[in-house]
Amino acid sequence: MYVTDKILPAQPAPSDTKGPVVWLKENLFSSPLNILMTLFAVYLIYLLVPPAIQWAFIDADWFAATRDGCSREGACWAYIANRFGQTIYGFYPEAEQWRVNTAFLMLIVLCIPLFINSFPKKMWLGGFILIIFPFIAFFLIHGGSFGLVEVSTDKWGGLMLTLIISIIGITLALPLGIILALGRRSHMPIVKSVSVLFIEFWRGVPLITVLFMSSVMLPLFMPEGSDFDKLARAMIGIILFQSAYVAEVVRGGLQAIPKGQYEAAVAMGLTYWKSMFLVILPQALKLVIPGLVNTFIALFKDTTLVLIIGLFDLLGVVQNVLGADSKWLGFETEGYVYAAFVFWLFCFGMSRYSMALERKLHTGHKR
Amino acid sequence: MSEANKNAAVNDYIIRMINLNKWYGDFHVLKDINLDVKQGERIVICGPSGSGKSTLIRCINHLEEHQKGQIVIEGEELTGDIKHLEKVRTNVGMCFQHFNLFPHLTIMDNLTLAPIWVRKTPKAEAEATAMKYLERVKIPDQADKFPGQLSGGQQQRVAIARSLCMNPKVMLFDEPTSALDPEMISEVLDVMVELAEEGGMTMLCVTHEMGFAKQVADRVIFMDAGQIIEENTPDEFFNNPQSERTQLFLSQIIH
Ligand SMILES: Nc1ncnc2c1ncn2[C@@H]1O[C@H](COP(=O)(O)OP(=O)(O)OP(=O)(O)O)[C@@H](O)[C@H]1O
Ligand SMILES: [Mg+2]
Repeated sequence: MYVTDKILPAQPAPSDTKGPVVWLKENLFSSPLNILMTLFAVYLIYLLVPPAIQWAFIDADWFAATRDGCSREGACWAYIANRFGQTIYGFYPEAEQWRVNTAFLMLIVLCIPLFINSFPKKMWLGGFILIIFPFIAFFLIHGGSFGLVEVSTDKWGGLMLTLIISIIGITLALPLGIILALGRRSHMPIVKSVSVLFIEFWRGVPLITVLFMSSVMLPLFMPEGSDFDKLARAMIGIILFQSAYVAEVVRGGLQAIPKGQYEAAVAMGLTYWKSMFLVILPQALKLVIPGLVNTFIALFKDTTLVLIIGLFDLLGVVQNVLGADSKWLGFETEGYVYAAFVFWLFCFGMSRYSMALERKLHTGHKR
Repeated sequence: MSEANKNAAVNDYIIRMINLNKWYGDFHVLKDINLDVKQGERIVICGPSGSGKSTLIRCINHLEEHQKGQIVIEGEELTGDIKHLEKVRTNVGMCFQHFNLFPHLTIMDNLTLAPIWVRKTPKAEAEATAMKYLERVKIPDQADKFPGQLSGGQQQRVAIARSLCMNPKVMLFDEPTSALDPEMISEVLDVMVELAEEGGMTMLCVTHEMGFAKQVADRVIFMDAGQIIEENTPDEFFNNPQSERTQLFLSQIIH
């Protein structure tokens, strides 16, 4: 028989189970194969990183008024700096660019309270941003009334265009996708088949085709003289296209929610829609955040395709406007690196935000 | 009041099932069920696994649809009419074997969801009611936690409180204790006994807890193969079972 009253005090972990040296030993040098791979990786890094740093930073020229000011040893960032405005605004007249800035600044300021937990009336603010703000932004950026000069959409370009297409694309593709996902799981045959048809159609065609159709074929079907904005057409195409993907991602989430959740909701007298919006969707959407963000990142990057219908997004400006400038020939690499970096920055931001969101929404019900 | 007077006779029976039949595909799961439940009556339904007990009580709030016969609740027949159905469901609470709490909402939000969104109760009032019922099920200190942070017994008590918050006239229980660890069963049963002894609440309870049946039931119903085989007072049912199948069933669960 064994009995004890003694409670053993906690002791610090032995020193050979922690610390950087131990970590290196365990993770990078644990076996001959591991050692080999570590050395190979180090060699690769040695081969690639120093020259890249040399080119991008050490030898780079940051300030120069003309191409002759660039030494050609390293990157000529002066080129980007000189045309920076155009990569952001496209052909938007310089004197009016404050309007774009105002609109985006307004959006950012309006969105900040949404991230503050204790902010009251988030619903109203969200509603304002979704329903009223788009009109304000449109009047600001497009103009044509209230004494603002009209700047038609063919002048929009650069990062501004990329962001406008993505933001509108995401905010409209998400609700449409949710409706489609619910429709696909509906017990009503008509609703179900319409949803399935819609989703399968848009998933079956490449986005390029959609954009071509929207700009080349659609006008053929429309009455003579009707002039439907090219950007709007492309945007509708993108939204419908992406909503099909969103729908399938959301459907995956819906399928993962046990039937008992829906039963418990309706058993309390909640309607179908209330059950969905209050009980099922919050859980389903939380589950599919990674998939949704994946789709949104794809959408963001796909905006570059609008180039083929003559709209110049960030990449389009870099490639076709800056690249065609005879005064600055020969700096394509800098242009592409710059465009890639900006795209990466936004995509990385989205990815980090989604991770933070997942952590925040975690309510410890995983078992 | 005039509405109530008019239906006084029918209102004696809060739930009536008349020749109720249900099939799952070709499988005849409920066969000619006739059952009248008086207001305030406490009924325990038992029977072997697969006999259709769950299906029977789930028909009452139309989580399952019956194909033949009638279910009449408070004098009104239950049809596919969704508006009527929603009204019935606000008056019929249900507790499930696996609790089915909403994991993304706090306990408090679980309890106030339906009162706020269905009954349009002001939030403060709904929260006060919720707190009252949480105290009754003896877990007022858990209001701000999420369901995933509670033990099974606590979750089931929350589920009971959640149903009670809607102030239902009927409570349906589908094996509320059979997913629980043995030491948690009694804490849930205590809450149910208290609810039953308070009176006024019509309760239909599928359970194998015969102690509970003996203590509070007005009637015990024994089902097998989709039929009601025997129904009697608990005394008679346990001490003097009539049908052979009941005797067999009782011998299996009691020993
Ligand atoms: N959705 C369904 N589709 C087909 N058959 C079903 C379905 N649900 C239940 N059944 C069948 O109907 C019969 C009755 O099921 P029910 O769940 O009502 O039994 P029960 O008496 O509650 O059993 P238990 O004690 O195991 O819960 C079972 O044989 C079951 O296999
Ligand atoms: Mg059952």
